[in-house]
Amino acid sequence: MGKDLIELFSPLFSPRGVLVAGVSSHPGKFGYVTLHNILSSGYAGEVHGTNKEGGEVLGISLFKSVVDIPAEAVIDLVFVCTPAASNEQLLRDCAKRGIKAAFLTSAGYGEAGDEGEKAERQLVDLADELEILLAGPNGQGLVSTPIKLCAQIVAPNPPSGAIAIVSQSGNFVSSFENFSLAAQVGVSRAISAGNAASLSVSDYLDYYSVDPETRVSLAYVEGIPNGRDFYQRARQVTARKPLVVLKGGATDNGQRAAQSHTGALAQDDRIFRGMARQAGIAQAFSVEEAFDASAAFATQPLPRGPRVMILTVVGGWGVVTADAMSDSDLVLADIPKDLEKIIDKKLPARWSRNNPIDCAGGETRDTIPEIMAIIADHPEVDAVLYLGIGIQSNQAKMFRTGPWGNDPDVTRIIAYHERQDARFALAAAEISEQTGKPILVATELSLTDPTNAGVKAVKDSGRYCFPSGPRAVVALNHLWRYSQYRKKSNRTK
Amino acid sequence: MTKKSETKTLSEPESRALLRQYEIPCVSDSLVEGPDAAVAAAREFGYPVVLKLSGAGLAHKSERGLVRLGIGDEESVSRACTDLLSAARPEDHANGVLVSPMVEGSREFIAGCYRDSSFGACVMFGLGGVLTEALADISFRLAPLDHYDAMGMMSELAAARLLDETRGEPAVDRKMLAYILEQLGVLICEREEVVSVDINPIRIVDGKPLALDALVEVRP
Repeated sequence: MGKDLIELFSPLFSPRGVLVAGVSSHPGKFGYVTLHNILSSGYAGEVHGTNKEGGEVLGISLFKSVVDIPAEAVIDLVFVCTPAASNEQLLRDCAKRGIKAAFLTSAGYGEAGDEGEKAERQLVDLADELEILLAGPNGQGLVSTPIKLCAQIVAPNPPSGAIAIVSQSGNFVSSFENFSLAAQVGVSRAISAGNAASLSVSDYLDYYSVDPETRVSLAYVEGIPNGRDFYQRARQVTARKPLVVLKGGATDNGQRAAQSHTGALAQDDRIFRGMARQAGIAQAFSVEEAFDASAAFATQPLPRGPRVMILTVVGGWGVVTADAMSDSDLVLADIPKDLEKIIDKKLPARWSRNNPIDCAGGETRDTIPEIMAIIADHPEVDAVLYLGIGIQSNQAKMFRTGPWGNDPDVTRIIAYHERQDARFALAAAEISEQTGKPILVATELSLTDPTNAGVKAVKDSGRYCFPSGPRAVVALNHLWRYSQYRKKSNRTK
Repeated sequence: MTKKSETKTLSEPESRALLRQYEIPCVSDSLVEGPDAAVAAAREFGYPVVLKLSGAGLAHKSERGLVRLGIGDEESVSRACTDLLSAARPEDHANGVLVSPMVEGSREFIAGCYRDSSFGACVMFGLGGVLTEALADISFRLAPLDHYDAMGMMSELAAARLLDETRGEPAVDRKMLAYILEQLGVLICEREEVVSVDINPIRIVDGKPLALDALVEVRP
């Protein structure tokens, strides 16, 4: 089934050539923007365009009609920026020359009243008849980083990675891509489902779950026409890969049987919440949480247990991070005795002697990587949160921009600080790799100064630099819940 | 969508009988026609007892004062039975008085199942008692659900600590409570005629959950 799905979606996400229908010469129009975005993102396949007047835009000679395109042109996907009224003929012409997928940005369908709904039904029937895979209409486009395709009417072009995005609202695709770009935690595929007239969110998730480039799916959903169907298909998805869902619209449809308390207390969001837990979905309650969780799934191994050690160089951060754990299924484990003895030799006597492990400013050159390795390696520790990266580099920045930035002693310490933070970031990634345990690094510098050497080094190591300890806790909790869900499903199989 | 007018509710004894078929523990009851039989039933259960008017048209008994709690002797049972029967209105379709033992416990929960227009058969569990609606501390799962799901429903409540040892009462038998939720899921999946079930309340008696009252809504 997986192979069939990959084949089915191949013309949409791995097209050998793309045709933009309705190219405009005006940079303010979707037909220009799309062509621009495709051409500027490095797509290696053939790119063609149509415009009823012909002409040339961005170096591409436009055809007046699809029928004018030479037979030898290899095109799998048509990206439609033309008005709804002209789409029937366009799709018929596309089908004739073997185009197998269409992404429609065109408005004027299901979102536009009774007439639009009728047009949308006809569109779906037509696509079925022509055997064209139909995405949209009224969508903002798609991204497929393995082939460097950015066919969107919006920015940005996200870096390549393992997160696959689908959204019922086009702007959320863009939002998640913005997060991806800033965090340098990349995307495999992304699509705006638009009106989802033919292909639904669940269809894309099916594909993502078998897509070898994808490690985690991230979906934004609003109305779900059939909750039971969504549930059953989500279970198939989570049996293979993690799925993060952000659901908008917590309103009650208010039409439920009123005789019973059960019916009266039932609301869409409450049922959705229970359904999500039951289906192994990581339900996020904000855009930030949704991206944090996705980035964690994409870059960290799953924890095998709930016991977390917090390693911090400053007390307060450890405290608020530990506080955040009380709202989770994670456990702030006591430090095992043997571990305490080992750490005792590495830190001055004033260190915290409990979890969080507060180094109390007693670090020497190698303390952080050494202690991180020791605790991560311990059999009674399932995950590590490391707080405090970037502090030294932050001072380095102030030195560099200050009046004594060229003083040899100062330049030496700048280099040392930045080297140290880079070492710590690398150590977190390497130790996580070696132990198979998640090691999450968090600092607000991730947001406040993305150029910080520590933050940059976390990104360069292929990991996500969490913007705060508590946000890392929420993400790790999603990993732990999913880990348990998979364990439980394997048992009951 | 099922409208209220298209469904009917089972009587209390019928509702409990259905739950018992699904191995959901319910308080004992005896339907009697008059004071003498009420006294005999009370003697068998042991005092104190609860008396309620029974009838196919009755849904909100407490509000109308048709539930008499903690009755401690024969004379009171006899009087309460007569009172209840005389308070019956024609639309109640009263068929007698229900006698049950009065069971003590400070913790109450609510559980139920119903058919959602989008998600299909669902099971609900929540904090019971007078705060049920105000706090709406509840959780849902789709039916059928497994043991893991049922345990999750309990730990998701804001008031989950009530399930632990509290105020001198033992911890709740979570496994047994989970089984009740699982069985509600089985019931709603198997019984096509059932539109919804409310068990309100489930009282915790010496750590064991016991369904005191139930309302089953069915298609005629």
